[in-house]
Amino acid sequence: MKNNRKWPAVYLALIFIILYAPIFYLIFYSFNSGGTMYQFEGFTLDWYRELFADTRLLIIVLNTVIIALLSAAISTIIGVAGALAIAYARKRRVKNTLLSLNNVLIVSPDVIIGASFLILFTMIGLKLGFVSVLLAHIAFSVPIVVLMVLPKIEEMNTSMIYAAMDLGASRLDVLTKVILPYITPGIFAGFFMALTYSLDDFAVTFFVTGNGFTTLSVEIYSLARRGVSLNINALSALLFLFTIILVTGYYFITKRNEKPNGMGVRQ
Amino acid sequence: MRTNSRNFYLIPYVLWIALFVVTPLLLVLYYSFFDIEGHFTFENYRKFFTPVYLKMTLSSFWYAFLITLFSLLIAYPTAYLLTKTKHKQLWLLLIILPSWINLLLKAYAFLGIFGTYGAANSFLEAMGIGGRQILFTDFSFIFVSVYIFLPFMILPIFNSLDELNPTLLDASNDLGGSSWVTFKRVIFPLTLDGVKAGCQIVFIPALSLFMLTRLIAGNRVITLGTAIEQHFLVTQDWGMGSTIAVFLIIAMVLIMVLTGRRKRGIL
Repeated sequence: MKNNRKWPAVYLALIFIILYAPIFYLIFYSFNSGGTMYQFEGFTLDWYRELFADTRLLIIVLNTVIIALLSAAISTIIGVAGALAIAYARKRRVKNTLLSLNNVLIVSPDVIIGASFLILFTMIGLKLGFVSVLLAHIAFSVPIVVLMVLPKIEEMNTSMIYAAMDLGASRLDVLTKVILPYITPGIFAGFFMALTYSLDDFAVTFFVTGNGFTTLSVEIYSLARRGVSLNINALSALLFLFTIILVTGYYFITKRNEKPNGMGVRQ
Repeated sequence: MRTNSRNFYLIPYVLWIALFVVTPLLLVLYYSFFDIEGHFTFENYRKFFTPVYLKMTLSSFWYAFLITLFSLLIAYPTAYLLTKTKHKQLWLLLIILPSWINLLLKAYAFLGIFGTYGAANSFLEAMGIGGRQILFTDFSFIFVSVYIFLPFMILPIFNSLDELNPTLLDASNDLGGSSWVTFKRVIFPLTLDGVKAGCQIVFIPALSLFMLTRLIAGNRVITLGTAIEQHFLVTQDWGMGSTIAVFLIIAMVLIMVLTGRRKRGIL
């Protein structure tokens, strides 16, 4: 009996160790004065200093954050409109078609999204760079916002809308004073998911970027291909901190929702 | 009055679907019929059925299968044990947290861990096995891929286990079912939806990984994703790249059909 209780704990502990070891490995060596990822020679903060002195990298971080915030905001607006459109579609067939089309970009591999957007932007004649990356990020963030907001609209009691109308509310009033306040948690969750999608994206950006415009993921890729440099470690330590702050925020936002649905499913 | 307002919500959303869902897919199909000089041809499709590409497709599926299998084997017990813990939502969040760390950084961490003088080799040396080449092998590629996809496999399985009605397990016990029989006849069949969703979430991206194949497998493993990326960004042969993309989309649709429709909220 005692044995029975011990093994599960050991197994779970092992999984957690494996999941977190690489991350802490990175962070640990970011303080290494030796300059490699295998011999810890002494404690130093030089890599962090170098990181903050690297204006190019700081601009890239800024780019990444701007793209993430802008794309999350715009895709949230489109996504909420989409969720309302789906929820108010009368015909079942229209609803299902919209939903299937919505999920195409969620299940498509990044490579396909990236390649097809590259063709699209080239055909339109759009210069590859900030605008193309922003458009691509908006495009793949919309469906996740729809999926986060839709359940909230569906669970809403329609008699509230009728009550508002009976009391003389205009269409706009119904939207801003009844519907939007009710689905706010969903909107927040959607915005947040869009933010993490954008911050995390590598493959799509890799395809549709150009003109010297890069985001953090693409930059890390090109650095990593050249081999180990501990700047990246210092950067990852900071990003890890940032992620923890974000996740904590998200945790408190969704605490109202009972189920943990929709933690990013893309890589 | 009603229809007017509904159309209003549809406008931005349908625009988005037309521009970023339907058009890119059609463009990929269109381009697959053109060779590198821009002549209309079926050559790309003929080329796809030559041994070179068929072998690549097969190996791609084989790796994706292995990655999915190992993820499932590790994820199922983890999810099961997680549902038994006291603060399960918190533990689940901790499992998911690493998946929010930028994918590139995790790949980069493994460059250090699996490197010639890295932690893994030091460990092997200490065990008396002796150091060996770990990076740029099939093992390292599959290990890192499983590491990356594990949280995405755990989440849907956890959700389906969590929804399981505990009285069913009691009933199975009362009727004399051993724990193995209970698992085989009750738990597993009832959580099959979660398993399917998890396999979908892992298998499709695993088919199209391309940066991991470069960083971790040193281009020894060529997946469909790598081939698409190569054709689009290196050799500039968009026609062939699109053709591979068409087959990847077909594979994707087949997998979706085979594993049934994903339930909403499992994402």
